[in-house]
Amino acid sequence: MYEELADEGFTVITVGIERSPDDARPWIEKARPQHPSLIDIEHLVPDLYGMINVPTVVWIDEEGRIARPNDASFASNRFKLLTGLDSKRHLRRLRAWVRGEAPALTPSEVRKHQDLPTAADQEARAEFTLAWWLSREGHDDDAEPHYVRAGELAPHDITIRRGSMRTRGLNPMGLAFLKLAIKSVLTRNPLYRPLKDSP
Amino acid sequence: MPVTMTLLHDGRVDEISVADLARPTIPPDQLESLLGWELKPEGLCQGYMCIPVDQDDLVGEDGLDLRVLADALQRPFVTDEKHAVASLGASHHDRGEALASLDAPNFTLPDLGGNLHSLSDERGKKVLLVAYASW
Repeated sequence: MYEELADEGFTVITVGIERSPDDARPWIEKARPQHPSLIDIEHLVPDLYGMINVPTVVWIDEEGRIARPNDASFASNRFKLLTGLDSKRHLRRLRAWVRGEAPALTPSEVRKHQDLPTAADQEARAEFTLAWWLSREGHDDDAEPHYVRAGELAPHDITIRRGSMRTRGLNPMGLAFLKLAIKSVLTRNPLYRPLKDSP
Repeated sequence: MPVTMTLLHDGRVDEISVADLARPTIPPDQLESLLGWELKPEGLCQGYMCIPVDQDDLVGEDGLDLRVLADALQRPFVTDEKHAVASLGASHHDRGEALASLDAPNFTLPDLGGNLHSLSDERGKKVLLVAYASW
């Protein structure tokens, strides 16, 4: 995708929301990307953009304006059955936007689709920052109540809940995630939030 | 006897000296260097913008009360007394306003080699920002 459109005034910036650069290293080394591939161990980008799960994509135009807000889209359809997300649709739209064949969204449409953070979301992020720091200082046991509190404040924030599982000795691909996924269905709090009725 | 407390805020880690871990304070004259706000007769100020605040409530004998400050700025403030660490988060109001302005928030992060990149380096190009994770 990047190679195809790089000559058309387009770039990709990937941001790995990880515990350490080493978690992302095998992925990045395998993909050998020509575009910036960044590591965000402090969850800065989720905080700035109000992201609550990965993958999340944002379109940003030449002037640095948000042309299409947080959307859930994978690079391929490998997980389509599980997530219900069709990456082909997103790529088709992206291609048309980059080539100037179709507009992104109007500013009012972008605003309509934005899910702005609440006070509880931001408190959860502050608790997570505290817990993360305690974990890295070697105080996993004392970090735990802060992870729990963060999850209570923002149960929909998968970036915090699933992103902290490995550090907390839980398996983000196993039972802990399965429980999270089942609960999200029962509470109608979807894990992935693609833009609703997007054109 | 003052104790050292770690203050996590704005992507920074600062050490402050506090008298009481349950009610962390900073010296009022450190407000600007630490957090970028100034205390003036009209309230808490950043440039020309001021937020009215009850100064008797904000500044006591031990210094400027961080919890009162956080409330005034609508920023979350959470602590762990055992390890003497506090986290001052970003206000949902500020984050929401920034996003609703549609100016994509700038950030600077390292790649695997430790080289720093900013979103603003790509001005003039269309950008697909992709947040992903290995978990």
